[in-house]
Amino acid sequence: MSSRAAWRLESLGFGEVYDYVDGKLDWMAAGLATEGTNTGHQRAGEIARKDAPVCGLKDRLGDVSERVKASGWNAAVVVNDDRVVLGLLRSKELAGDPDQLVEKAMRPGPSTFRPFVPLHEMAHFMIEHKIENAPITTSDGRLVGLLLQEDVIQAMKKAKQ
Amino acid sequence: MPKEIDRDEVRRLVGAGAQLVEVLPSSEYIEDHLPGAINLPLRQIEARAIELLDRTRPVIVYCWDSA
Repeated sequence: MSSRAAWRLESLGFGEVYDYVDGKLDWMAAGLATEGTNTGHQRAGEIARKDAPVCGLKDRLGDVSERVKASGWNAAVVVNDDRVVLGLLRSKELAGDPDQLVEKAMRPGPSTFRPFVPLHEMAHFMIEHKIENAPITTSDGRLVGLLLQEDVIQAMKKAKQ
Repeated sequence: MPKEIDRDEVRRLVGAGAQLVEVLPSSEYIEDHLPGAINLPLRQIEARAIELLDRTRPVIVYCWDSA
């Protein structure tokens, strides 16, 4: 649609016309601000924990597990050098054989969600599927943060007050 | 010929004074739009573009995605 608009503007005498082809979805998926009536509604990217532990495929599980516990977490996101999400380690995986590599222990290809998803949708999905935490990523798979179900529920309760 | 650009280029051009135009229906614009964007639905371009936009400045159009 934007392509047709760009061509039409050019035909009307506008000399410098650009087409942002990836559009509003790309903008929102990157967690950038928008304006409008939805602005006041909290979204996944806003309350996702940006300090969630991360690790690499070749890390030793025991080392990661110790580091995660020491920082008060019970999950870690497996990423590559570009912070693209490759897997997830939840409590069960973190308790596995400490000498194995993360790539053998992790849950590969976890469900990820975009930062603009409204909290009520996240709450519904996480409760229905019994998901305690979910990686929030940009459209190209880079980690924004880890969303905790308890944070979602607390934020929704606060919003209702 | 309109030039296709990415997110970084949008930010740079807007910072330099480009006009940002959402061409989706107004109901979708009202809920969410890029900061500073004006709404000019595709079907209204012919009738309203000259009135709403400055022909001497760059214009960036967008919708939801490339679909």
